[in-house]
Amino acid sequence: MGVKEAVDEAFRAEWGRVVATLIRFTGDWDLAEECAADAFASALATWPRDGVPRRPGAWLTTTARHRALDRLRSGAAEVNRLRRLAPTVEETVETVETGPDPVPDDRLRLMFTCCHPALPLEAQVALTLRTLAGLTTPELARAFLVPEATMAQRLVRAKRKIRNARIPYRVPPAELLPERTDGVLGVLYLLFNEGYSASTDLLRPALSTEAIRLARVLVSLMPDAPEVGGLLALMLFHDARRATRLDAGGDLVTLADQDRARWDRAVIDEGVAVLDAALSRGRPGPYQLQAAVAACHATAKDADDTDWRRIAELYALIGQLNPSPVVELNRAVAVAEVDGPAAGLALVDALRADGKLAGYHLMPATRADLLRRLGRTEDAAAAYQEALALAPTDAERRFLARRIAELPN
Amino acid sequence: MRFLMLVCVDDELAGTVDANPAAWVAETTAKRQRIEGNQLRPVSDATTLWPKDGGGTFVSDGPFAETKEQIAGYDILECVDLAEAVEVAAKHPAAGIGAIELRPVWE
Repeated sequence: MGVKEAVDEAFRAEWGRVVATLIRFTGDWDLAEECAADAFASALATWPRDGVPRRPGAWLTTTARHRALDRLRSGAAEVNRLRRLAPTVEETVETVETGPDPVPDDRLRLMFTCCHPALPLEAQVALTLRTLAGLTTPELARAFLVPEATMAQRLVRAKRKIRNARIPYRVPPAELLPERTDGVLGVLYLLFNEGYSASTDLLRPALSTEAIRLARVLVSLMPDAPEVGGLLALMLFHDARRATRLDAGGDLVTLADQDRARWDRAVIDEGVAVLDAALSRGRPGPYQLQAAVAACHATAKDADDTDWRRIAELYALIGQLNPSPVVELNRAVAVAEVDGPAAGLALVDALRADGKLAGYHLMPATRADLLRRLGRTEDAAAAYQEALALAPTDAERRFLARRIAELPN
Repeated sequence: MRFLMLVCVDDELAGTVDANPAAWVAETTAKRQRIEGNQLRPVSDATTLWPKDGGGTFVSDGPFAETKEQIAGYDILECVDLAEAVEVAAKHPAAGIGAIELRPVWE
């Protein structure tokens, strides 16, 4: 692995941790991000000469702290903050060389602060992805379909509010934990999806790994909150199939065509264990039910072995908890497997008629697939074209183009 | 008697009009008509607690009322009566820009 790759790897793995720790020490979010960025720039400059340090994360955190110290020294009004920071820097230098991992994990603290309900939801998501995952403002703007200036303003406002309204930098106390957890779960799942499906056409597995890691911490912190386990299991089932989602050419492979021998059995087993533990509490929620659907796929010997009847039931339950046209679309797919494509198409056409999924490429793509199976080739081709025009990534466009080419003449 | 004086202006006008109250503050404080007060951070920094169904509260982003005019500052006045309070409030530089609400303190 070259030095550039090592720095990229360290960025994905360590950015959130460096920022989280720097926020705790400086109390200044902008300063923390700037110093973290400086530390990574410094790594690019010095690692080629000195070699990649044994613990890149510790090196980066220490370097970022030194940078913060330098910045604060040059600002005369920062004496108190400087006093707080100074001894820590010295301690860190000592322990980096000798002790175990000297960097405490502040990411959970950062997570709960980013997801504080006094911040607008869109700002919670943006701030989490910016500070914990290191997504840039242009990347965030693309992911959320807003102009860069809007995204920049969203982040500035959120940070200003944290400072001005004194939103505490902490994991909430036990009595507040349950209600604050829902927000964190929503943000984590978005984070996972950013790494899994990637709005940028680029798989960023570290983001998914990060989401899973944070979810594991949450599970250990809140064993009585089954939805946390539900989310973790859901992400594990998706993650276990990661290697088979794209073929060698980078094209999408459908669930039915994926090479199940290459699914990560250990990860699936962990998912099953986590989900069973969560479901045993008898309080199912949307994440547990979605995980149960994913478990049906992950544990089926082959595509034909899939328990579509149970999947259709699970989607019906999910729809009862949270009525959503996307869930209904998924139910239509399952119903088509149980009762035939005509039954599925009837549900999709009902969705199409109410217009709530207009602009969502998977609606015409699903419809096209059902029409193809019914032998309505011309209608299928038209629906595939409709999907092609809406598909957000190149991989999906190539997949749809291939489907069109495969239609009988 | 004391009055809570709420200075309410259009949030979008903040910073675009010259409403520096320094002279007003100096004068009314010297005359002991004003006890204390201050400008408030913008509504984007506001947090509101709401009652939750089944008891308790939940926290939300933003001010309690989504109106064009928002509380930009407050002062506590000490006046003989409402007439004096109105007279004092009218001299505030924001008086020609936004609304000023006077609420007698229940005492």
